[in-house]
Amino acid sequence: MKYIDEFRDPQAARRYADAIRSVTTRPWTIMEVCGGQTHAIVRFGVQQILPQEINLVHGPGCPVCVTPVEQIDKALEIAAKPGVVFCSFGDMLRVPGSERDLLSVKAGGGDVRIVYSPLDAVKLAAQNPDREVVFFAVGFETTAPANAMAVYQARQAGLSNFSVLVSHVLVPPAMEAILSSPHNRVQAFLAAGHVCAVMGWEEYTPIAEKFKVPIVVTGFEPLDILHGVYLCIRQLEQGRSEVENQYVRAVQEGGNRSAQELVREVFAIRDRKWRGIGEIPASGLGLSEAYAGFDAETRFDVAGQSKEESGECISGLILQGLKKPHECPAFGKKCMPEKPLGATMVSGEGACSAYYRYHGKSG
Amino acid sequence: MNGLDLPRLLALDGFMANDITNMSCPIPLSDYPAVLMAHGAGGRLMNQLIGRMFLAAFGDVQPNDAAVLDVSVSRIAMTTDSFVVRPLFFPGGDIGSLAVHGTVNDLAMAGARPAYLSVSFILEEGLPMEALWRIVRSMRSAADKAGVRIVTGDTKVVERGHGDGLYINTTGVGLFRDGDARRIGPEAVRPGDAVILSGDIGRHGMAVMAAREGLSFEADIESDSADLSGAVLEMLDSGLDVRCLRDATRGGVAAVLNEIATASNLSIEADESKIAVDDGVRGACEILGFDPLHVANEGRFVAFVAPGDADAAVEVIARHFPGVAPAVIGAVCAGRPGLVTMRTPIGATRILDMPSGELLPRIC
Repeated sequence: MKYIDEFRDPQAARRYADAIRSVTTRPWTIMEVCGGQTHAIVRFGVQQILPQEINLVHGPGCPVCVTPVEQIDKALEIAAKPGVVFCSFGDMLRVPGSERDLLSVKAGGGDVRIVYSPLDAVKLAAQNPDREVVFFAVGFETTAPANAMAVYQARQAGLSNFSVLVSHVLVPPAMEAILSSPHNRVQAFLAAGHVCAVMGWEEYTPIAEKFKVPIVVTGFEPLDILHGVYLCIRQLEQGRSEVENQYVRAVQEGGNRSAQELVREVFAIRDRKWRGIGEIPASGLGLSEAYAGFDAETRFDVAGQSKEESGECISGLILQGLKKPHECPAFGKKCMPEKPLGATMVSGEGACSAYYRYHGKSG
Repeated sequence: MNGLDLPRLLALDGFMANDITNMSCPIPLSDYPAVLMAHGAGGRLMNQLIGRMFLAAFGDVQPNDAAVLDVSVSRIAMTTDSFVVRPLFFPGGDIGSLAVHGTVNDLAMAGARPAYLSVSFILEEGLPMEALWRIVRSMRSAADKAGVRIVTGDTKVVERGHGDGLYINTTGVGLFRDGDARRIGPEAVRPGDAVILSGDIGRHGMAVMAAREGLSFEADIESDSADLSGAVLEMLDSGLDVRCLRDATRGGVAAVLNEIATASNLSIEADESKIAVDDGVRGACEILGFDPLHVANEGRFVAFVAPGDADAAVEVIARHFPGVAPAVIGAVCAGRPGLVTMRTPIGATRILDMPSGELLPRIC
């Protein structure tokens, strides 16, 4: 299959691993930002074929994992209201709020639906004028343009029964937060290819310069990741800290300008709380003033809740690359994909779930 | 059938055609275009539905409360399964053929020859009669191909909004040949056994999901729903040392390998590159973030076979299912009870775990 098989080729993978070995002279810690990359690393066993000196740590790039618990609780409250059709991407349904998840709201009679595109939710709103259709707009820069398009189209169509519960986050502020931590161990980043396909890589140059870290825009197949690691190590060994693009088949320096424009029109930058990490200034998106009427938080009056995380869950440390999933005492015992304590165990992209699935209960 | 008049009282002589594939719906559309509550109420309408449609289509249904079967064997297998698939019709099959294949296959996985089926319908008020007729015809055609007879059944109607059109339960009885005392199951699995997968995976789950959610992919994906008994019985009849059989339905191949590893107290080592996945299925799985190993099949099985008989078993399967690429995908190993490991395409090893529940599409 094109764009898949050639990026999973075992001989090429071995050649990459050899090339990495030949340029590695000492230990390095690299963080892959994106949950999709974490998933691929663990599913294909990429770490196993790397030299021992290289430690891959898993970043905060799973939108499901970093959505704060109060945002989930707001979703649950809205979804349980009569007359509401609550639409969400599939893997948000199992994410635990402080007491339950969307699947249990659905089982309790709430009209919760999985959509594959936010535009499907707009369609539902047009078809059901007597119902309030709410879309859970979650994600990084990758999903922001489509979510913006949904709100934009709803306004064009004059739909007064459509709104969005926004929990959008941005990658660069999270990278800065990790690098600014006194406990930081990360020496280089694999940046998320899909995020950069939308945003380009211009905003990463100042980060690479300020913190002296190589940042390599990387794809999601095993060979992409090996190639990204190779480029990182080469920079680290040569003492360089630049932004490089491994994912040339999808990413251009300026990204997708029209997508960016739409995002800027519909959304505005906001401070956001990240599950497990806490509040990061200017790290997310909310609806811009012109589109404030589509905000589900105001429409359903659920703003202003705040909740504490389960004390046992160390997902915050995992999302910052300070701990690995199997170092958590609850991992595989109290916390499993069927009964997750924290969000990193829920999504297929979450580091804990990926470890559980591909490394086993003991990690 | 419960509460049933004799077919002759319904003037069905000459109506019991053997070939029903081209017959039009025997309940005149102008009379009853859709199922009514009365079709389950035990009166004239119910008798008409049972007589004109079910008896006519199934042919072998005995007009009594219970079917009486003369069997001359000393061992039988029995299984039951309910079918609630949505939509009722999907590329490659429908709920009717699925309800026959599912139960027939469960009997075959025990090593029995599927012989008799019961069929229980729960119909939703308002189900178009034409749709029911299509499903009934499809059941008969699947039963004929699998060599099983539908001998008894039941009909209930629930109010509109209380069912997805219809649900079907089938119960099956399979016969063992006299003198066939072998037990096929996880307890018979031994270290060194070859693990054979009967073909490419993921078709049914992705076909149904695409049809249900209105997703369209470049290539149409068809369900693999099929009767597996022919291939299985030939493997057994030709004396191959088959230890355990399991059809890879819900939970996919991942669930089967984990179940057998756990039940046999052994481990399984498999090689992902030996597992065939059609490009269309793979593409759909990539888009939605599914692992094809977790996706349901309705026409594929995993066979645990003595190592010396593996090639012969693959040949038998390939003859019955041309073009679906049966293959030895791994082996059973001693130690580490319950563990399933998979060699990844880039040559590393990972654990293949049980899927954790309903497959939910990933965000990105």
